[in-house]
Amino acid sequence: MLLEIKSLTKHFGGVAAVKDVSFTVGEGEIFALIGPNGAGKTTVFNMITGMLAPDAGAMVFMGKPLAGVKPHRIAAMGLTRTFQNLQLFGKMSALENVMAGAHLKGKTGFLKSLVRWPGSTAENNRIERHSLQLLEEVGLRDQAGMYASALPFGQQRLLEIARSMASNPRLVLLDEPAAGLNSAETKALAEYLKRLRGRGKSMVLVEHDMETVMEVADRIMVLNFGESICEGTPEMIRADPLVIKAYLGEDEQIA
Amino acid sequence: MKKIAFPVALILAFAGLPLLIKSNYLLGILIIIGLYAIIVIGLGILMGYAGQVSFGHAAFFGIGGYTVAVLTTACHWPSIAALIAALILPGLVAAIIGGPTLKLKELYLALATLAFGILVHILFNELKGITGGPSGLTGIPYFTVGGLVFDRDIRFYYLVWSAVLLVSLGVNNLIHSRVGRAMRAVRESEHASESVGIDTAALKLQAFVFSAVLAGLAGGLYAFYVTFISPSPFGFHTSVQFVLMAVVGGLGTFWGPLLGAGLVVALGEALRWATPLVIPGAGGEYQIIFFGAILMLVMIVKPGGLGAVMDLFKKSEEGEAH
Repeated sequence: MLLEIKSLTKHFGGVAAVKDVSFTVGEGEIFALIGPNGAGKTTVFNMITGMLAPDAGAMVFMGKPLAGVKPHRIAAMGLTRTFQNLQLFGKMSALENVMAGAHLKGKTGFLKSLVRWPGSTAENNRIERHSLQLLEEVGLRDQAGMYASALPFGQQRLLEIARSMASNPRLVLLDEPAAGLNSAETKALAEYLKRLRGRGKSMVLVEHDMETVMEVADRIMVLNFGESICEGTPEMIRADPLVIKAYLGEDEQIA
Repeated sequence: MKKIAFPVALILAFAGLPLLIKSNYLLGILIIIGLYAIIVIGLGILMGYAGQVSFGHAAFFGIGGYTVAVLTTACHWPSIAALIAALILPGLVAAIIGGPTLKLKELYLALATLAFGILVHILFNELKGITGGPSGLTGIPYFTVGGLVFDRDIRFYYLVWSAVLLVSLGVNNLIHSRVGRAMRAVRESEHASESVGIDTAALKLQAFVFSAVLAGLAGGLYAFYVTFISPSPFGFHTSVQFVLMAVVGGLGTFWGPLLGAGLVVALGEALRWATPLVIPGAGGEYQIIFFGAILMLVMIVKPGGLGAVMDLFKKSEEGEAH
């Protein structure tokens, strides 16, 4: 198993934001977390990436515990993320955003940077080529020189995904990657995620767009008020009466 | 070719300037501008790139100055060795206080660095056995390297502006490097920087130490220049001036520190001359009012500072954001 989450729990004040949640993610798998707003999905992401300490539970990535590890160390272990409320480097170009995302692929330090140490330019060029390649993959090659903040919202989402891929992680946590995308962009995103899975990348996906989730996810967990109410394949989730009730109300059906 | 034409012309202009200026007063002002520019370049990295503020850099400036003063007078160190020590000691102090201090954000960081600056200033006054107290230390020898003695203003001018040039080249390398990119990323979003594996705490500390080393360099050179040192130039007021220079010049811009240091020093001199004409008997405290007004004006009219105006020219040449 790539990622194992066991009995993860987090309280805010007296309210349980996440309660006894357990799941696993395997190699080359897309695992989706769905549920109404406030169900605790982003809180789970924040705990896995070390931005928030859990009250209880265990998180193990590639055999190593994640509890107490600093966020940048977790990234170095091969686990990166995107943010629901975009966290781009606004006043940097799209290319620089991805190049900063590839920070772990370089090793030129402060002093070597000051004197332009031999090899640092070559390293920078290598990172630039790699980053342009990633921009190409998400269809942003032509926007490479534009400030991230100047891009339309949909392209900003894609840029964040490209940035999260730049250090070549094993597992990426995607927090609502389709939010704000139009239907053509959403389709392209789903194709891209499947392509990444084809290359052996694993992903945890938090997403409200059911069509995308049903299309790309291998397994789905449904959270409601911080608790898992159901886990299984897209077919199983579609048929589960508890899910239909929690997620869409009594009378409707999931796409 | 066009890219290097402007810097080369500027270097030639600075090299030729003393041939035109016969007044030692003006040369002295240019030396002070150069020294302050070195500090503001470092502060620009800290504030404009790593996104951290410091209201205590006069302390590092002073530690550098006192290091040279004590080592050359009491310990009779050669000037080069004393100058190197003036780089290392402020760097060490920054490394020690930076750990806990840089965990603070924004206003709290500003207050912590301000308190540090005041504390060091008090130590300069009170550690009479080392610093000579309020009356300071005299008899600092001229800077000497090989057989060359920097005993005249014109020589010192070249020494200081060579240092400015070297520091500028280094910083230009830095901001276009992997580390410079990571620093800007930290300024834009710490969460996102961490999420891609950037050690934000280490990076902020590096920027802090680097800026302290540069302030120490300026302080060491300053001691060799005036050959006398006392606590008064290293107070809170000076720290604020450095921040003012950085902001007026433009944070995160290459030319900002030079423009900011030049403008604020020149303006300070002009005010010192002009204020008593308008308000008879006025002292230095009126300068602060003018500086405050200027800072507000810059923030309202051109929040990017003077350097942002320069970068605009650059951008229209390149045709896209850099």
